[in-house]
Amino acid sequence: MGDPTEQRIKDIIGSTDVVLFMKGVPAAPQCGFSGAVVQILNGLGVPFTGVNVLADPDIRDGIKSFSNWPTIPQLYVKGEFLGGCDIVREMFKLGELAAVLNDKGVAVTAS
Amino acid sequence: MAMAGPDIEQLIREAFPEAQVVVTDLAGDGDHYGARVVSQAFAGKSRIQQHQMVYAALKGQMGEALHALALETAVPT
Repeated sequence: MGDPTEQRIKDIIGSTDVVLFMKGVPAAPQCGFSGAVVQILNGLGVPFTGVNVLADPDIRDGIKSFSNWPTIPQLYVKGEFLGGCDIVREMFKLGELAAVLNDKGVAVTAS
Repeated sequence: MAMAGPDIEQLIREAFPEAQVVVTDLAGDGDHYGARVVSQAFAGKSRIQQHQMVYAALKGQMGEALHALALETAVPT
């Protein structure tokens, strides 16, 4: 991974509270796993920024090494990697996701 | 390109010999799998670390040949 890509990723996750690196855009996910996380975030009423890795090969490869995580989607909250689809889904199921978002000071408008 | 369920299971078992491993073909298409791994090796690890350990066991296949693996990890109770 080149440094410019790493810096871009840092800028992205540093500039928005909730960032989802995903395939497609939030209104039209192009992979079931990305779509599942979008649904969970929307269900919680959490505002987030979607970064479409399909439109940016540098980010697509870069985020995998940056997070040491081999798959997309990847959810970042306040600059911290929270996990991929399975972890987000499990945290949501157990009620932990809303709790973590609240702890980090991210407004959750639904539960 | 895809991976066969038994190959996935074998790689996980090699890395976690004492674990309970259940691999299921979710869609019946040989491309969408679910894996549940219950191992003492996960004790004290975060969920992210637990999943990373399984991904490491899959030796780089995850995200490549293996696109879709719904992973669930747990410590034996």
